[in-house]
Amino acid sequence: MPITVGIADLKAGKAPDVIVTYALGSCVGICLYDASTKVGGLAHIMLPLSTEAAAYTADNKYRYADTGIAELITLMERKGASKTRMTAKIAGGAQMFSSNSAVFNIGERNVIAVRQILAKNGIRIAAQAVGSNYGRTVFFHTDKGTMEVRAATKPTQMM
Amino acid sequence: MVVLIMPINNVEQLGDLHFDVLREIGSIGSGNAASALSGLLNCETSIAVPKVTLLDFNESVNFLGGPENIVIGMLVDIKGDITAMMLYVLQREFADKMASAVFGSNISDILSMNEMETSFISEIGNILGASYINAIAQLTGLAIDISIPYMTIDMAGAILSVPTIHFAQVGDKVLFIDDCFSIGDDAIKSNMILVPEMKSLETLFSKLGVNH
Repeated sequence: MPITVGIADLKAGKAPDVIVTYALGSCVGICLYDASTKVGGLAHIMLPLSTEAAAYTADNKYRYADTGIAELITLMERKGASKTRMTAKIAGGAQMFSSNSAVFNIGERNVIAVRQILAKNGIRIAAQAVGSNYGRTVFFHTDKGTMEVRAATKPTQMM
Repeated sequence: MVVLIMPINNVEQLGDLHFDVLREIGSIGSGNAASALSGLLNCETSIAVPKVTLLDFNESVNFLGGPENIVIGMLVDIKGDITAMMLYVLQREFADKMASAVFGSNISDILSMNEMETSFISEIGNILGASYINAIAQLTGLAIDISIPYMTIDMAGAILSVPTIHFAQVGDKVLFIDDCFSIGDDAIKSNMILVPEMKSLETLFSKLGVNH
């Protein structure tokens, strides 16, 4: 049974765990991996930066790219991973409805924020399946750090 | 089933009276929708009394058939005296029942609908949207404008995340108003989701004389 990550949620595991998050739309799934300890984690964030949020409280830190990624790193370190060895694979950040309205381009802003926070933490992005206009389900295989991306009308990608 | 979702800060904010008002809006809206669809499909329609429940995101996705269930989502921007987003989630069976009533055949592939099927389905969306908006306008006398529906066909979780993210600042819980309506001999399932800003919800309640 894979470990399931809900929306605005995160989990970590160790090989051979599989961590899954379903139906990322404009949300972004961030898979972090330490290859030497085989500790992996997956965060499903909804919004860019907690510092720009009007209603941020400590009980919704999994919701934002900055606080969510920081929490995931801490959780993985507790399982033996080291931040200096971590690499990232990210998916999601789609624009589900085509409209010029700024309301709908939150996906792009999420991806920008995730890249920025990963860079700030010195974590390299090894693979990404982001943008476009369709939903994605991510299975993260902690045995090899493989991100499996599934979509309704696209072939499954292993990256 | 028609579902109306509203984000709220905390459960205690809403009393029985608020639920009654939302139930009433749901009732009138589905009444309007049922008679409009009955005209379009040329058969008898009826509705049941709506149910009002509070759910979080993951529960509401399960209610729509699970995060990976492929559905038709139609999103409408609402402007004017109230600001809101309305999302109708039409299940595959709903689209099929509608299509077979009008064209005499099911939709061949929901993921690759032809031009006629696409415009037919978005017309259904228009009708449902206008029915609910008219219900709110009828009850409150508020002036409300709606955009054309933006349509997408994808995983329910990915579609529902759009209004959820937009109103994530408001609260984690959403309010479902769901009611079943049957057309001809079939009970048809579809879901309608309305996400107003908190201030708009207050405007709506105060217009109806319910203190928020």
